[in-house]
Amino acid sequence: MAEIAIRNVEKSYGKTAVLHGVDLQIANGEFLVILGPSGCGKSTLLRMIAGLEGITQGEIAIDGRVVNALEPRERGCAMVFQNYALYPHMTVAENIGYALKVAGLPKAERDRRVAEIAQIVGLEAFLARRPSELSGGQRQRVAMGRAMIREPKVFLFDEPLSNLDAKLRVQMRLEIRRLHQRLQATSVFVTHDQIEAMSLADRIVVMNQGRIEQAGPPRLLYAEPATRFVAAFLGAPAMNLLPATMIAKNRARMTDGTEISLDPERFAAEIGQAVEIGIRPEDVMIVWPGSEGAHQVEVEFTEDMGSSRLIHTRLGATEFTVLQPTAQIEAEGALHITLPEDAIHLFDAGTGRRLAGKATLIGLRASAAA
Amino acid sequence: MRDAGMIERAPLLNAVTHLLMIAGLLVAAFPIYVVFIASTHDLPTVNRVPMPLWPGDHLVQNYATVWNKSDFGAKMINSLIVALGVTIGKITLAALTAFSIVFFRYRARMLIFWAIFITLMLPLEVRIVPTYAVAADVAEPLRWLVWLFGFELGIAPINLLNTYTGLILPLVATATGTFLYRQFFLTIPDTLVEAARMDGAGPLRFFWEHLIPLSRNNMAALATIMFVYAWNQYLWPLLITTDARMATATMQLQKIVPGPLFGQPPVWNEAMAATLLVMMPPLLVVIFMQGAFVRGLVATDK
Amino acid sequence: MDRRATFSNLWLAGALVAPQILLVIVFFYWPTVQALYWAFSTQPPFGGTNQWVGWQNFQQIFSDAVYWNSVQVSIVFAILSTALSIGMALLLALMIDRQLAGHKAYRFVYFWPYAIAAPAVGLAFRFIFAPDAGFVSAINQLAPNLWNPALKGWDAMLLIVIANSWKMMAYNFIFFLAALQSIPRGLIEAAAMDGSGVLRRARDIQIPLLAPTLFFLLVINITESFVDSFGIVDITTGGGPARATDLMVFKIYSDGFKGLDYSMAAAQSIVLMFLVIGLTFVQFRYIEKRVHYA
Repeated sequence: MAEIAIRNVEKSYGKTAVLHGVDLQIANGEFLVILGPSGCGKSTLLRMIAGLEGITQGEIAIDGRVVNALEPRERGCAMVFQNYALYPHMTVAENIGYALKVAGLPKAERDRRVAEIAQIVGLEAFLARRPSELSGGQRQRVAMGRAMIREPKVFLFDEPLSNLDAKLRVQMRLEIRRLHQRLQATSVFVTHDQIEAMSLADRIVVMNQGRIEQAGPPRLLYAEPATRFVAAFLGAPAMNLLPATMIAKNRARMTDGTEISLDPERFAAEIGQAVEIGIRPEDVMIVWPGSEGAHQVEVEFTEDMGSSRLIHTRLGATEFTVLQPTAQIEAEGALHITLPEDAIHLFDAGTGRRLAGKATLIGLRASAAA
Repeated sequence: MRDAGMIERAPLLNAVTHLLMIAGLLVAAFPIYVVFIASTHDLPTVNRVPMPLWPGDHLVQNYATVWNKSDFGAKMINSLIVALGVTIGKITLAALTAFSIVFFRYRARMLIFWAIFITLMLPLEVRIVPTYAVAADVAEPLRWLVWLFGFELGIAPINLLNTYTGLILPLVATATGTFLYRQFFLTIPDTLVEAARMDGAGPLRFFWEHLIPLSRNNMAALATIMFVYAWNQYLWPLLITTDARMATATMQLQKIVPGPLFGQPPVWNEAMAATLLVMMPPLLVVIFMQGAFVRGLVATDK
Repeated sequence: MDRRATFSNLWLAGALVAPQILLVIVFFYWPTVQALYWAFSTQPPFGGTNQWVGWQNFQQIFSDAVYWNSVQVSIVFAILSTALSIGMALLLALMIDRQLAGHKAYRFVYFWPYAIAAPAVGLAFRFIFAPDAGFVSAINQLAPNLWNPALKGWDAMLLIVIANSWKMMAYNFIFFLAALQSIPRGLIEAAAMDGSGVLRRARDIQIPLLAPTLFFLLVINITESFVDSFGIVDITTGGGPARATDLMVFKIYSDGFKGLDYSMAAAQSIVLMFLVIGLTFVQFRYIEKRVHYA
């Protein structure tokens, strides 16, 4: 059990900087997910915690002890690698028990612990096999077992589910969550999959281009994305973003000339400021033609997803998607919609930052320490 | 970068690693260096034990002597002709054969592939005496071949001793090259062949306009290892050239030193100058074509 | 793997393979058959056609102490030079693979010896190890003839072993390094996370994963030492002193071209050929085995 402090950490390879000053506190027993597109520096950050990459600037402390100069084996972390990195010439039992063998534990003790772990990860029947004789899911379990047996202070996961097929991924996700509940060990999990992040995390850190965009509980990031990037990255289908200009404290005009009213308590924007209005497809309301404040959108095509229906439209020149929870209306030609005021997000068009006012939608802001 | 990224505090081990790497450097480079140094001294200096490790001032003189005494320029040119002939021949034959057995459909293609592949087990050294006999009269196996097909032809004897053809031809067949090209051609997607045929290209045009340009890397890799192989040939030229004008540089080394180890010692400074001359061309190929050379070697590891 | 899109012009297909097939028949198969024929026949002392003698030539070489000496010498040479060159190459490859500062420059030079012709290698080492010049003979100042490959069989053996190992070390190094670099980086990192240091990782992870390469190189090195050592021996020891370095391949050459006894040389060639064929088969088995971890 451990807490991790990351203070102003930078990383560069020669002249190319990949991390520009990252600050992050990870609480004891927390399940933290680092989420971001490929190349955002999330794996690098994880590998720096592990000791697999040097730290160019700043420091990382585990349990109050600065670990910058410590070797991977001295940090008390265990890691589950993206392609499992199982030792191909060792059996499952040898793979899981390798750390104990290196540590010099007697064979009897090792065998006992390996059997114990194998039971937890459900591999009792496969201990004598080699990795090449296992399925993807079983290999994943070996990798987990190998990390668990050392009873590490910190678990590090480097996109461990990305090599699995969709069904197995959901299942392993649940198992990782269950495992965390049982072990309560501090865990850092890196992924580019927002669903994985939302379902696993106590707290998500969204990274982009070597910087933290926002950190907070999944619910907060979803409800109040601090930047346009977070807004667009979290949620599927993605949030609609409509360019607009503020024409009053509580009104903005979109590119197609239609206007939209905003809650001035929730947003702080100057008149004349270029903004982007965000609205999630599921928050859009379909209304009868002629309803108050209705906007007309042109339907391009629809995707039927069984329980719901995704309607792709254009609002002026901008692509705009509407998620219809039940397939009530045959959408063809034009559709009339309204954007509920309390579901609207507002971002500065230049900086991409949320133009937040005094009131927040949900009272989560306080716990969102970044 | 492997360990470069990982935090690793092993000052002692790092020191040992550096020491071993330096030792390896000495092992690899010292003999070459000694050859160079020995070729720059006069005879009394070179015969001192141990020999000085700094260059002397007889470099030009030694090389001039060797060059003139055994007509080394002509020998180097012979070596170059043979090495280039073998290299070009091997690449050409390998590409043509692989093209035939990969892109044409006929029954005998696997048989042909194996017939060539099995020659790996028949290195020149083990069939040296009868191969020499063949070189003395290439017509002999041809007569037999013709006889097998039911004819009797009086082909006049063809003697390849002391000819470039004789130096080159027996070394040109290449199992490794054919294998390498076959492996490469097998990676060419069917769709490329289909597309070329849709564009109206026949087999030869497809070979020339698509396969050859695509196999450039392959060719460079093969060319470097084959050049080194051919330049370094020793036994074969030694056997089939009795005429000094046809001698290659590599076999000339034997003529420069008196009998092995016994009797009178060689004139070491001149011998080492000759050695360096023989070493240089393939060494330069490896130095300038390092990537291709390594790729070629590793790729031919069947 | 069979292609869907293939050309069907048989004449062209035949014409494309014809040159190489002709060369292979004329310069490989014909001489091999010829060697077999000679091995089972003798030439009458006064010329004329060869007479079939069955196994007589083989019986003769196998009852010849000089032949058995060359077999023994070849085996000693093969074992010593294979062990030395593989050992050094493995050590250097492991060191270079640590990628410490300057490793690229070192690596670059380690390739060089393989480019150098066997007789040039032989001559260079003959000088360095000469009994009366070079460097090693400096120890003769301690006691006369402490080192003298011209007189002492073991010294001569050591000389050709070192020369051959030097050349093969570069070859083996290239293969070991390529194999080390194909080990996924993640495995090394996982082992580091598991608490394993540099040496432990070499022992537990890298060397076991090099096993197929090691096996391949063992076979190649032994084969090469049987067939490719002619250039070194011919220019350094000439098989001496007192046949202490009379390798099989060298004996074939001297019996065939110096002694002009084609039948004896042919019989020895056939024996050597079977050795090479046997080793090559072992190597093919290795190819099947290598897919094991894939």
